[in-house]
Amino acid sequence: MTAETAEEIAAQEFARAQEFSSIVESHRPQIFRFLLASTRDMDLAETLTQECFLKAHRNWAHFRGESSAMTWLMRIAINLQKDHWRNRRLQFWRQTRTNSVDLDEASDWLPSGERSAEQQMLAREQVGHVWKAMSGLSERQRTVFLLRYVEEQELGDIARATGLSEGTVKAHLSRALGKVRAELGGKR
Amino acid sequence: MSWNENKTGASVDAAGDAVLEDALKSFRQSVHAWSDAAYVRPRGEVRVAAHSGWRLATAWALGCVLTAGGVSGAVYERHHRQVLAAQAREAQQQKALQLAEQQRAQVTDADLLATVDSDISRTVPAAMEPLAQLMDESQSQ
Repeated sequence: MTAETAEEIAAQEFARAQEFSSIVESHRPQIFRFLLASTRDMDLAETLTQECFLKAHRNWAHFRGESSAMTWLMRIAINLQKDHWRNRRLQFWRQTRTNSVDLDEASDWLPSGERSAEQQMLAREQVGHVWKAMSGLSERQRTVFLLRYVEEQELGDIARATGLSEGTVKAHLSRALGKVRAELGGKR
Repeated sequence: MSWNENKTGASVDAAGDAVLEDALKSFRQSVHAWSDAAYVRPRGEVRVAAHSGWRLATAWALGCVLTAGGVSGAVYERHHRQVLAAQAREAQQQKALQLAEQQRAQVTDADLLATVDSDISRTVPAAMEPLAQLMDESQSQ
């Protein structure tokens, strides 16, 4: 190997590393937000986010850019979360160690914005109902629902991230929305 | 983004369901606000470590109590079974003794009668022997 080739390889590696750093910088908050909404556990969301980027770093060389980096990262995050719950079901004694916040606490977060106190209260109540409806969703429905209505992803991206067909994604969304609507309707 | 757009392909009847639209919007804002706050919070490593310390101790204590309970239960059960077996064995021996006693008593009565018979037969004097034979003959006729 000549010195020039070695330099070229080093430069390429450096560029790839820089690229990965910028991806971490730009997508980390979004991955963390998705995991936080999925688990309602800040510590767990942080841990899974770190694992997600660690895994992404290990496989960065194999990333061919067929989908966007965000979709690729989201797919890793979804799989990590799935593995986590699967392991947790097997390790039932760890149930006591969960740090998930309850629904009321999760509903407390609202940007003050330009809302009146009454509007804030109404919004908090609605958010509480959505959280409650979400807790009754299946894992897939919840994932699809969050990707669509919190992360505002397109159906195609959701399908690629979850590994489902677009039709299945639509069906899950429809069921999830039905449950949210029913929860809101029941409490209205 | 407008929730009125049926971008999802799912049936969000936004025109007819403003409440759902509002709720989803508030939910999105709430999750974003919570996530933003959580993302910049100081990390609670110490708190987690302390919690996991006493949780581990509790888990160990619980494990020890369960193990001790299980072992003592098994020992008690084994002892109880041994006591029952000893009682059953004793009762069986008692019964066998009673049976042997009864058999011995029966044998003794029969032996005694046989001895008496033989004694009587031996006590016939020699001088009376012809008379005894005559009696036997008359009985047989």
